[in-house]
Amino acid sequence: MTSPLPTRNRTVLVLLDPATEVRSSALELFTIARTLGRVEAVTLEAPTVEVLAQLGAYGVETVHQAELAASYQQDERHLPAVVGAALAAAMRLTDADVVLAPATFSAKEATALAAHRLGAGLIIDAAGVTEDSEGRIVGSKRVFAGAWDTVSRVTTDVAVLTVRANAVVPQPADAAVATEVEGFPVELDAPLPTVVSRTAKVRAAGRPSLEEAAIVVAGGRGTGGDFGPVTELADALGAAVGASRDAVFEGWFDQYIGQTGVTIAPRVYVGAGISGAPHHRGGMQASQVIVAVNSDPEAPIFEICDFAVVGDLADVLPQAAAKIRAHRGV
Amino acid sequence: MRIVVPVKYVPDINADRRFSDCRVVRDPAEGSLNELDENALEAALRIIEALGDDEREASEIVALTVAPADGDLALRKAFQMGVDRGVRVTDDALAGSDYFGTTAAIAAAVRRLESEGPVDLVITGMAALDGLGSVVPALLAAELGRPALTLAKKVAIESGALTITRETDDATEELSAPLPAVLSVADTANTPRFPNFKLIMAARTKQIEAWSLADLGLDAASVGTAGARTETTSAAPRPPRPEVELVQDKGEGGTALAEFLIRNELV
Ligand SMILES: Cc1cc2nc3c(=O)[nH]c(=O)nc-3n(C[C@H](O)[C@H](O)[C@H](O)COP(=O)(O)OP(=O)(O)OC[C@H]3O[C@@H](n4cnc5c(N)ncnc54)[C@H](O)[C@@H]3O)c2cc1C
Ligand SMILES: Nc1ncnc2c1ncn2[C@@H]1O[C@H](COP(=O)(O)O)[C@@H](O)[C@H]1O
Repeated sequence: MTSPLPTRNRTVLVLLDPATEVRSSALELFTIARTLGRVEAVTLEAPTVEVLAQLGAYGVETVHQAELAASYQQDERHLPAVVGAALAAAMRLTDADVVLAPATFSAKEATALAAHRLGAGLIIDAAGVTEDSEGRIVGSKRVFAGAWDTVSRVTTDVAVLTVRANAVVPQPADAAVATEVEGFPVELDAPLPTVVSRTAKVRAAGRPSLEEAAIVVAGGRGTGGDFGPVTELADALGAAVGASRDAVFEGWFDQYIGQTGVTIAPRVYVGAGISGAPHHRGGMQASQVIVAVNSDPEAPIFEICDFAVVGDLADVLPQAAAKIRAHRGV
Repeated sequence: MRIVVPVKYVPDINADRRFSDCRVVRDPAEGSLNELDENALEAALRIIEALGDDEREASEIVALTVAPADGDLALRKAFQMGVDRGVRVTDDALAGSDYFGTTAAIAAAVRRLESEGPVDLVITGMAALDGLGSVVPALLAAELGRPALTLAKKVAIESGALTITRETDDATEELSAPLPAVLSVADTANTPRFPNFKLIMAARTKQIEAWSLADLGLDAASVGTAGARTETTSAAPRPPRPEVELVQDKGEGGTALAEFLIRNELV
């Protein structure tokens, strides 16, 4: 598969935050960026050697590293107002035409603030980014809990977009490039809150993150609090684990899928003991294949499924996991 | 203490939400106050209720919406929960506003309220459930030149300073800022109250103040379709999913699930 070549000489900035690891969502952004123009990255910290090698492989020519005053280099540098100011400064510096960022809450705020400063058009959580016949940037979106597809076009010269994970399959560039790191100054004039404390979350080792996983197994109230069968199937599939909000409120898991939680669009979503409330659907209905296990044959989630088992998840999930382990030979 | 709570009127998520001519259909029979703004209203009410008697007497909560006349439904719901005042910004020129146009109108209305007396806090929901942007709160803070404390799951106010706890994608943070500030609350911040009978009755007759762009001194060219930096060029319903393949578990359900994934090369 070859990607379309850009029709114009654009500068495309990709927000790389953190810069100490390259997440698959960032690789997707680089892959999209190469179809639009020349790719450069913006960071708020020094990229590691490993990260630089990956950036080179993905065709990133330049990394613009924000030089923040010492007082902003610690926890403050994660504030959306700081990231937004850095993005805006990098956009001015490079005369950027397009900015791409992941679909995290922090990146949404940061990109909005940068677009606000520069009078740029903003599309939040695009599922695809292309250009139209006039060369304008176009973003497609899945809205209303996955029930509608919309297409919007940016009418200003500069376009800023956050892009959902799993929008494309990451692909390295045809030829690797040498990546240069260049510093740039950032002026901060907005009033900022004080960061009293910040505790970084530890990403579960050996399992993909919920935001980025290609397969997700989620458990709901129907687990009765035992996520054992859910994690067993997830591990057999190499999948991430998720939950409904009710399961998180019960304290059974820490991250929920849905309109107000993590919004996902993996290749496969497996929901077990989840009824399929509209709030939950809103965060997963854009998944390519939807599978559910529920003891109630009337469960609303069955209306949006490709494949479903009416049964007790405590029986069904371990059996499925065993069969998949046998298939994968692990 | 004066608090402004921007609230949005959105299609009910249980209704048949749809587009017509690339615009969201806002049918009053199927619309409601954005559920997540109930968390913002609840947060405002709790802050006022925690004040001493004198201060509470001198306090005011204003619900503010940028919407056509149907937006009154959202303000009525806010009255039912217990807010004191309802303001609606309505102007034909506002139709088709993007995030920046909407924010400009909300900010201008907050400034007008400020001309009557200080506004200590603006409290928003974490997202509007129609567009799911989650950007208006940060933009509003930038427009008003105030610190943004967004996505709070815990809110505390002590001696003129606001402190929140929030979960970002990467960390748990505690942020603090002196008032005035802009706060957005997550759906995990509180459980919104049910209105009592007295408030429901009183809400029926409360006056809603309607302001136009001219009242706010806002240029029509900067908002609405004229000021929008994006335009929706198509909106189409997704094709229905193919019929679900439903298996009744009689001891082989798990195997069938695994075989479905293997057969479709998803493993
Ligand atoms: C403002 C707001 C925002 C919200 N945002 C979200 C959100 O982002 N994400 C979210 O998920 N929810 C959200 N909710 C909550 C949502 O409305 C539902 O309450 C929630 O999703 C239900 O969780 P559940 O499916 O786990 O539980 P339930 O609805 O109780 O469903 C449990 C299911 O498990 C089945 N079951 C029981 N036992 C078994 C068994 N042994 N084997 C198999 N199946 C079994 C039952 O038949 C049932 O269908 C929100 C609510 C509000 C008000
Ligand atoms: N038209 C509007 N009128 C009043 N408040 C709004 C409007 N749009 C958004 N808001 C507020 O901003 C929050 C976030 O909205 P959004 O950024 O659009 O997801 C909402 O929860 C509301 O509190």
